[in-house]
Amino acid sequence: MNVWIAIGATALGCYAVKLAGLLVPAGALERPLVRRLAALLPVALLAALTAQQTFADGHALVLDARAAGLAAAAVALILRAPFLLVVAAAVVVTAGVRALGG
Amino acid sequence: MAEQTALADIRADGAGKPDSAVVRDALGVGVAVGLSGFAFGVTSAGSGLTVWQTCALSLLVFTGASQFALVGALAAGGNPLTAAAGAFFLGVRNAFYGLRLSQLLALPRAVRPFAAQWVIDETAAVSLAQPGRRAARIGFTVTGLSLYLLWNLTTLLGALGAEAIGDTDAWGLDAAGPAVFLALLAPMLRTTTERTVAALAVLLGLGLLPVLPAGVPVLAAALAAPVVLYAQGRRKGGGTGGASPQAPEDEQDRDDERRGEQR
Repeated sequence: MNVWIAIGATALGCYAVKLAGLLVPAGALERPLVRRLAALLPVALLAALTAQQTFADGHALVLDARAAGLAAAAVALILRAPFLLVVAAAVVVTAGVRALGG
Repeated sequence: MAEQTALADIRADGAGKPDSAVVRDALGVGVAVGLSGFAFGVTSAGSGLTVWQTCALSLLVFTGASQFALVGALAAGGNPLTAAAGAFFLGVRNAFYGLRLSQLLALPRAVRPFAAQWVIDETAAVSLAQPGRRAARIGFTVTGLSLYLLWNLTTLLGALGAEAIGDTDAWGLDAAGPAVFLALLAPMLRTTTERTVAALAVLLGLGLLPVLPAGVPVLAAALAAPVVLYAQGRRKGGGTGGASPQAPEDEQDRDDERRGEQR
């Protein structure tokens, strides 16, 4: 049930902001500070999420095969690999390190 | 790609790019990103969500980073509303895409509630890269349609496949989420400001993880954005707590252009 609440809240919230962008008069969201903050919020969230999902196990910080996978993804990004290849690199390297007992 | 667009612009008042070229660009993005719905389906099912819940997310939320964030937070034992709040904050950027798209596409008001669901990174990137309104509308529609259909189809396949695959961790699929986040994040890390925000957010996110309830550290990490903006505003001597009005706007525009080129 809790999961459905989370899904419902996320769906409503995300749809509302999409629609707001299309409906709101241009002036309201065009203030430089608001725009700047909106550009930086995803940076902060994505960075924190990337780090947590790589190095967290519950409330503990761990270093495991996922770190190797993320490093592979980073290399793929630096080499300008397409989106799918970046994800595939992370998955394959993580699985590989685990198979080797890492 | 940039040169092509410029040429088309000169040739026929922004309408010179052939429709087929727009469709091809749009399909390229729609198919490539649409296929990664498979990773979401597997990740979501692996996080303990049912097939129905997983598919509901792709159908109703339809903004990938928010979806991954939500299932990640739920899997970590996060409170449903904190998890939803993190996903929501990630979705806020879509409002800014919508703002620019509404001027560019000039959709009739009655159509907007339906078009809204497709206002995401990819449709914005394709539409904003087009030379004229007609091309932008075609780009938006084709990207939106192909991405929506494929994303939902591959989500379903991934969710069903997760059971067949068994232990998704053994297959390294728990690395798909962070890799997706990193791929979305990388093109945003161009200026010192963005890198500082990212670094501070990582420190906050990891540092607070052992001491705060699940889901809360990510929200606390979001504070990195206003904190860095405030510090920057002070350093520039603005004294208002905000960055100077002109430069950030330019930076933002450049960001959007670069993002458009990359895809």
